[in-house]
Amino acid sequence: MRWESWSQFWAMGGYAVYVWGSVGVTALLMALEVWQARWAHRAVLKQLKTEQAVAQLPVEELM
Amino acid sequence: MKSINWFHYAAPQTFYGFAGRVWPWLAVLATALMLAGLWLGFAVAPADFQQGEGYRIIFVHVPVSWMSMVVYLAMAFWSVLGLTFNTRLSGMMTRALAPTGALFAFLSLWTGALWGKPMWGTWWVWDARLTSELILFFLYLGYIALTSAIDDTRRSDRAGALIAIVGAVNVPIIYFSVKWWNTLHQGASVSLTKGSSMAEVMLWGMLLMALAFWFYTLALVLYRVRTLILQRESHATWVHELDEVKP
Repeated sequence: MRWESWSQFWAMGGYAVYVWGSVGVTALLMALEVWQARWAHRAVLKQLKTEQAVAQLPVEELM
Repeated sequence: MKSINWFHYAAPQTFYGFAGRVWPWLAVLATALMLAGLWLGFAVAPADFQQGEGYRIIFVHVPVSWMSMVVYLAMAFWSVLGLTFNTRLSGMMTRALAPTGALFAFLSLWTGALWGKPMWGTWWVWDARLTSELILFFLYLGYIALTSAIDDTRRSDRAGALIAIVGAVNVPIIYFSVKWWNTLHQGASVSLTKGSSMAEVMLWGMLLMALAFWFYTLALVLYRVRTLILQRESHATWVHELDEVKP
């Protein structure tokens, strides 16, 4: 471990904005990408379930 | 010797199951590698003798830049397969790759700008490396825009495949731009022929991060292709018989 304190770590030798701006935006966008992929998958599953449920209804109920 | 029938795995139904079993392991691997890479890069590696702590952007910048090129080549690969063998999976794989590639191309430009400002004194220059990476980003956006503008999936896949294949010419241009032209961007720090010009621990941190992004991409693309398979095969009997789709 080469840091003496957390504040020294966060300061990044004066390059904090650049280093954390890179790491932070990368982490944020990757998290958003994962969240979007999960959301899209669940939406498709939900739609397929609804279609299945409708298909299994007796014909009279669809009239 | 028994040969593997690759077309068997190219069937959406088989691939759906295969991808579903594999992606969680790849995600675990990606997380573990990323933690290890971040530890080496941000806790163990010393400061750079010229750039101080500012060089640590390398642990994000190099992996995302590499992946932005690799993903485009993968799209071109699937597109060639799709146009040659007409497999349904190819178009879906190409499409599943595109958003991740676009994201990495953007992040490459973003982290590059944040690195360029303190070290070169400018966010941006129109040099060959930066410009060709910007073109790569636009190629991804063009692919996504074109494929989502065409409703017919077969036509849309074919049009997308053309962009993916033609645009692939840009990838070696990005890679060799620092050799072919006089650029502000530095040359490669890691070379297959000459080895590395970096300190060992820095190199390991960077390689671990690069591997982590590889597995992240593989996991996410396999996850995303399952969504696409369900969308496109929604009228197939096998989809209706899946446990996760039962009402």
